[in-house]
Amino acid sequence: MTSVASSQTTVVDVCAYDRLTPDLGAAALVGDVQVALFRLPDGSVHALGNVCPFSGAAVMSRGITGTRGEVPTVASPVYKQVFSLLDGRCLDPMGMEPRPGRGQDLPVYPVRVNDGRVAIELVDGE
Amino acid sequence: MTEHVVVVGGGMVAHRFVEALRARDTEGAYAVTVLAEEPRAPYDRVGLSAFFSGTAPEDLALGDPALWEDPLVALRLGDPATGLDRDARTVTTASGDAVGYDHLVLATGSYAWVPPLPGADLPGVFVYRTVEDVVALREWVQERAASLDRPVRGAVVGGGLLGLEAAGALTSLDVATTVVEFAPRLMALQVDEGGGQALRRIIEGLGVDVRTGAASEAVEPADDGTVGGLRLTGDDDPLPVDVVVVATGVRPRDELAAPAGLAVGPRGGVLVDEGCRTPDERVYAVGEVACIEGRCLGLVAPGYTMAEIAVDRLLGGDATFPGADLSTKLKLLGVDVASFGDAFATSPGALEIVHSDPVSGTYKKLVLSDDARVLLGGILVGDASSYASLRPMVGAELGDDPGLWLVPEGAGARPQTELPDAAQVCSCNGVSAGTIRASVVEDGCHDLPAVKACTRAGTSCGSCVPLVKKLMSVEMAKAGLTVSSAMCEHFAMARAELFNAVMVSGLRRWSEIVERFGTGRGCDICKPAVASILATLYNEHVLAEDRAALQDTNDRVMANMQKDGTYSVVPRVPGGEIRPEQLVLIGEVAQEFGLYTKITGGQRIDLFGARLEQLPAIWQRLVDGGLESGHAYGKALRTVKSCVGSSWCRYGVQDSVGMAVAMELRYRGLRSPHKLKLGVSGCARECAEARGKDVGLIATENGWNVYVGGNGGFTPRHAQLLVEDVDTESAVRIVDRYLMYYVRTADRLQRTAPWQEDHEGGLDRIREIVVDDALGIGADLDAQMARHVDSYEDEWAAVLRDPERLRQFSSFVNAPDTPDPTLAYVEERGQRRPATDEERAHGPVLIAPATLEVRS
Ligand SMILES: Cc1cc2nc3c(=O)[nH]c(=O)nc-3n(C[C@H](O)[C@H](O)[C@H](O)COP(=O)(O)OP(=O)(O)OC[C@H]3O[C@@H](n4cnc5c(N)ncnc54)[C@H](O)[C@@H]3O)c2cc1C
Repeated sequence: MTSVASSQTTVVDVCAYDRLTPDLGAAALVGDVQVALFRLPDGSVHALGNVCPFSGAAVMSRGITGTRGEVPTVASPVYKQVFSLLDGRCLDPMGMEPRPGRGQDLPVYPVRVNDGRVAIELVDGE
Repeated sequence: MTEHVVVVGGGMVAHRFVEALRARDTEGAYAVTVLAEEPRAPYDRVGLSAFFSGTAPEDLALGDPALWEDPLVALRLGDPATGLDRDARTVTTASGDAVGYDHLVLATGSYAWVPPLPGADLPGVFVYRTVEDVVALREWVQERAASLDRPVRGAVVGGGLLGLEAAGALTSLDVATTVVEFAPRLMALQVDEGGGQALRRIIEGLGVDVRTGAASEAVEPADDGTVGGLRLTGDDDPLPVDVVVVATGVRPRDELAAPAGLAVGPRGGVLVDEGCRTPDERVYAVGEVACIEGRCLGLVAPGYTMAEIAVDRLLGGDATFPGADLSTKLKLLGVDVASFGDAFATSPGALEIVHSDPVSGTYKKLVLSDDARVLLGGILVGDASSYASLRPMVGAELGDDPGLWLVPEGAGARPQTELPDAAQVCSCNGVSAGTIRASVVEDGCHDLPAVKACTRAGTSCGSCVPLVKKLMSVEMAKAGLTVSSAMCEHFAMARAELFNAVMVSGLRRWSEIVERFGTGRGCDICKPAVASILATLYNEHVLAEDRAALQDTNDRVMANMQKDGTYSVVPRVPGGEIRPEQLVLIGEVAQEFGLYTKITGGQRIDLFGARLEQLPAIWQRLVDGGLESGHAYGKALRTVKSCVGSSWCRYGVQDSVGMAVAMELRYRGLRSPHKLKLGVSGCARECAEARGKDVGLIATENGWNVYVGGNGGFTPRHAQLLVEDVDTESAVRIVDRYLMYYVRTADRLQRTAPWQEDHEGGLDRIREIVVDDALGIGADLDAQMARHVDSYEDEWAAVLRDPERLRQFSSFVNAPDTPDPTLAYVEERGQRRPATDEERAHGPVLIAPATLEVRS
């Protein structure tokens, strides 16, 4: 399942592409990293950290997707902060501070779709 | 060259000073250092009592914390100033530092004054001023409660504003409380004899004992050396108490002034002129420590004004103190008390109109000029809803029948008078009606956030916000502008318009709806709104077709998300009536899955801590046992609360439980712009609190009185009478139409009370539409409700039959049954709750979900 792509990154197979429903997020457990996967109506798949920086709960995959201008987004289901699916940036902190020790943005993970399978790339040590 | 301003004191007024200085000193002419005695950044002392209703001290912090990151601002906590040398222009601090200044601002506030009362230093005697005070008070009471096997008893010495706040705090800690006041009435500074009596009746009704005209003589120790009793002059025995709070007033903290040669007022306080300056032009005093116009002012609003004045002076302005507005509006123990203007009718020839209603416990008094036209002041106890409209009218004519201002807000008949431009709307920030109008007309502020940002009105206590909004809307209407009702960037319409558009077009898919009526791909605001509209129109499953992705997580998984990402589960208990075997089943499910169990305010049972992947198994058990979804997660009908009614109760005149069950089964599953709660009481005693509900039925000898538009929550409202003495069939038809009309025309997240208020023509017009069918849409509303009732199905039972939808309930696509590894719990009172960050870091007992006795 796990193959080494280069000395720095590991590619991890996660699930069948068809297992993802457009606009409905899903969580994946990759080692001890929790990833939120989103398949969009245009067919693209995006992977972000699943832990919401403002609540500390692992729930980003259960947020509502949408757009802000041209940017595809997901809103945290806990306190509604909006994040870019492209780079994980928090676009609207809703007047809140992230939990102590966390930045307000989400990590993003490169996604590969091959042969009907979805895989993500993790930098080693993550 | 940057000059250095030193502020002594890190309280509310110091905060306002620094905030205003940094906002207005755009050149960066001043750097400011705040020397604060308390160990935390400035916090909302006015809101201190919120600590007892669960607000953490951190959440009391004032303003944007970024202020303290500003390179021109330094905040030194926990290092009080101990000396002042005006020649050397230095302040020395407790840690031995000497801090030089170009300008000095004394903002040291007050301390809680304790009279010379023997025993006042015993353990168990507290004051009520700082976060540290309230934390210590709560710890003491909790310790006592744990070691005594009877309720804790307490006394508050002082029946003023602070004393009643403290009594509220003790009551919230379940302490049996007595308030001891030396004066003949409570809150003698703010209210008159009549107001004091009303206040006393209400407070006694809350279970607090009140002793007025009583002198405290000594605090007496118990055997263990802690507080045991409070001796009152003339009483044979001391009042037995385990805790005493002394709230006998405050005194200015002017101790730096005199040794430095600065004059203090006759009753303390650093003497300043109308520009908040001491005779030393480099030294200002602001807030409670300042003696201005010959006295110290114990309220925050004049302190804020002084802070703004000092800033203005530093920047070369010549602002002067406009005189103190001592108006106050408070909620003490949940009781509204307001006092404004010439409350005690001291102006020559002043007239008073008083409206006192012992049944509702309200007391209202207006003070008018000798020709009974101009408002001079007033006192409101029990219901201060008209305060926001009345206070700015001080000095203005009230119209021909000023008495109309005493009827409850919203009861109609209130004369329409325009506020004069000079009327002060926001007293916290000193903003007049004219300033608000100008911001709309001249500065182009066209929504509430813009007006607030531009004028600061409504940014402190918020009580004037409704008035600000009204002024803004009126000005915009005059200019021919419409207040934007766009739902979000994707839909330019308000919810009601979109509802009609969707209904008329017959479209049922999100993609078609957004393409036809909106732009982009939606967001977390418009998607759930469209889902709710479709649910009302067609009553199809919340997860039907492409709808799952439109729903908030709660609707998407049909459970309520909690702070750690797990869910709570609430089966429906119609009318609060439940059979023993169902109770047993709920208990068994809770045990089996290790769920935290709590009774809700809506007469049902909430099971917390269920993981996403456990929800289907939990519901399988519940559905097999005949229970169904309670829609606690939806913007939908929640519960119909009932009292036990005529079947058991000696006083009941109708079968309230039967009616409540019928109503709950009729409206269950009805999606709406916000949650809906109903109540049914079996007699006028109103045990079901139906008037706090969106729809309340109260039984009469002949049938039902129907009340509508009651809300709890953030802005509580009593429901108002829609129709009287109707039979059951008519009551149901009227409620059908009222609910359906609301669901079709209300704005997103608009509850029934504000909907009713904003509706053109108010409740009277709504009555014409839903009772008298003035628009001829009655049959249509009836048919829509009939469709809803006929097509109801339990959405959980439906999901359990559908393997495709069940797949959404897996924790991870690649590990469907693995619990979320970040979950951690600790045990409390025999059940579990999510662990705090602290406990996760250091806690010895962490119960990971895998180690609980659970079934995955
Ligand atoms: C429970 C409660 C409820 C209240 N409710 C209301 C209300 O509803 N409406 C209303 O208008 N007002 C209310 N008040 C009063 C309001 O809190 C005060 O008017 C306001 O806090 C005054 O602000 P200040 O900055 O002048 O003083 P403070 O907020 O008291 O701040 C002074 C600060 O200076 C510090 N200090 C003192 N000496 C030194 C020194 N030598 N060196 C360094 N630091 C020093 C003190 O520790 C303190 O932190 C209430 C007060 C309390 C306690």
